[in-house]
Amino acid sequence: MKLAKLLIVMVAVLALASVSMAGTLDDVRAKGYLRAGVNGSVFGFSMPDKKGVWKGLDVDTAKAVAAAVFGDANKVKFVPLTAVQRLPALQSGEIDVLCRNTTQTLTRETKNGLNFVHVNYYDGQGFLVPKKLGIKSAKELDGATVCVLPGTTTEMNAADYFRSHGMKWKPVVIENTAELNKAFFAGRCDCLTSDASQLAAQRSVAPNPKDYVLLPEIISKEPLAPVVRHGDDQWYDIVNWTVMALIEAEELGITSKNVDKMLKSKNPQIQRFLGVTPGMGKALGLDDKWAYNIIKQVGNYGEIFERNVGVNTPLGLERGLNALWTKGGLMYAAPFR
Amino acid sequence: MASAEVHDKIEDLKPPVIQVGVIGWIRSNLFNGWLNSLLTLVTLYILIKTVPPFIRWAFLDAAWNTSGQACRASQGACWSVVTKNLRFIIFGFYPYHLHWRPLLAMIMLFVLLFLSRERTNWKPWLFYSWLVGLAAMGLLMRGGLLGLEPVESSQWGGLPLTLLLSVFGLAAAYPLGVVLALGRRSRMPAIRYLCVVYIELIRGVPLISLLFMASIIFPLFLPEGLTINKILRAQVAIILFTAAYIAEVVRGGLQAMPKGQYEAAESLGLNYYQTMRLVILPQALKIVIPPTVSILISAFKDTSLVVIIALFDVLKTTQSVLSNPEWMGFSREAYIFLALLYFLGCFSMSNYSRKLEKELSAGEL
Repeated sequence: MKLAKLLIVMVAVLALASVSMAGTLDDVRAKGYLRAGVNGSVFGFSMPDKKGVWKGLDVDTAKAVAAAVFGDANKVKFVPLTAVQRLPALQSGEIDVLCRNTTQTLTRETKNGLNFVHVNYYDGQGFLVPKKLGIKSAKELDGATVCVLPGTTTEMNAADYFRSHGMKWKPVVIENTAELNKAFFAGRCDCLTSDASQLAAQRSVAPNPKDYVLLPEIISKEPLAPVVRHGDDQWYDIVNWTVMALIEAEELGITSKNVDKMLKSKNPQIQRFLGVTPGMGKALGLDDKWAYNIIKQVGNYGEIFERNVGVNTPLGLERGLNALWTKGGLMYAAPFR
Repeated sequence: MASAEVHDKIEDLKPPVIQVGVIGWIRSNLFNGWLNSLLTLVTLYILIKTVPPFIRWAFLDAAWNTSGQACRASQGACWSVVTKNLRFIIFGFYPYHLHWRPLLAMIMLFVLLFLSRERTNWKPWLFYSWLVGLAAMGLLMRGGLLGLEPVESSQWGGLPLTLLLSVFGLAAAYPLGVVLALGRRSRMPAIRYLCVVYIELIRGVPLISLLFMASIIFPLFLPEGLTINKILRAQVAIILFTAAYIAEVVRGGLQAMPKGQYEAAESLGLNYYQTMRLVILPQALKIVIPPTVSILISAFKDTSLVVIIALFDVLKTTQSVLSNPEWMGFSREAYIFLALLYFLGCFSMSNYSRKLEKELSAGEL
């Protein structure tokens, strides 16, 4: 009797599940909100503020996707995920898009069955040293003790770097970021290595931030990009072109403040982009106002960058590689036509 | 009159000062031998070296409600990291303007727990008020009825989440554990082996691996598009885990019952359920109060492990505050605050168990 009941429940569950096998866009529309996986504890990228409201560059990227799909940037539910959880969560369909400072690599795209869209932040691993050591370049770090988080690509990159330059190093491995910072500022190691965006945050909390310098060498490539599942090309296109739209808007000089004025622009590129000349949105399966909604509600890439990680934030990051291609950076959107 | 004088004289003879009163106590307890005298002096030295600086750091020089920058300038503790972020630490992602709802739910929970302390209150009205209270708490947290704005469980966090995981985890694990213990001693082989396998399997893996399985591996087995609430998954893992441990403790109590008790119950004509409910369990459960409580306490603390599956319990919200550059580096103060919270929870549990033991006079057995 009980077994029969159990079987009925299981069959019902399976039946229920097989209903929702449609494309991700239809799923998301049916749900009425987007589920985005985020990190949850990286300031400037994705972190709740004092009121529990999500803030950050990755958060704004997810909001832009929601603005494109729903015309409402607030229709996102953020799912904080650990480094281990993030890929299975996407594979199992628990989230629709992953915006969690995830580095694009070959094996992640192939073995894990994921697709990375356009990069939304170019990061790279760097070194932070106390100014009083007088070190100008990472090549002078022979024999240094280095504070590093264990079990990350950071540790491997550092090992690779020191070996390939024939230098000795002594890693000081500390599990927790806060403790790692304390050890470094207490002078337990000569330098601290991490992603450059992280080092900036760590320097900002030093007892005296001016006593520390970032070395110019960036020893690894960390293109951080939003991720979607393999096998749903329409959804891939939407997320990919949402990131491109942020970049294109900056290039065209469209901001959240002047977007309404730009609707009257005579420039055919802007007219196509904002949907004054229809076609672009329809091609993606979205409303023609999609890009207008993104820019109006979230802003262009430059605005997002300055708001979350830019020079006037505690992180104080320069645009660097993340500047537009016209200004010496790598941010380059394919044409909207 | 003469005898009264004699009395007075006898009372005038007081023992030497060095044997009674404060000095006597100090002599007999702290300086009754060279080893103890040395230990006392060393302890005193350590206390003098540590306590005043700690008090200076924690209270006199402390910053109570300032910005992070002001904190960095001051020498003392920075309690501002707690006071400025208190609402996020306690309530997590719950919508800011609706914080009164989880607050009210927590107050209701505490009132109900407080009422349940007295065994004289264990009457039907308490049972019904728990039912009503739980429904009201669920309604407050979830919303969606009576004009309350709905709040998804993914937005629950902080202290309400910790309490939810522990109170419901413990409340559900205890009866399950008792059933498993009875099953393990059952005469029916199928049930017995099932229980043995379950208990040994669960006890054979750490809670972390269960949580990982619940949060990472389990969803991969589910058909695509079907997901089960993250909190529920963690909750189930905690219940299954704690139940296995309780089962073994309860089994210890069952085995401590003399065979005569079972035989006496049988000769009275009681069936299995009556025997267990009326004779065996009341005695067995009483014996195992101390180990049960220590399991419940460790289960309460174990709920903080949900951090590794990125549930924002009160530990994770605190850590999240600490990764904000403004507050980075004040981990000591934040963790002291958390330790106090956990201590309050654990201490009141063990306090209650002592009270319960005294009332049931389990100590006499």
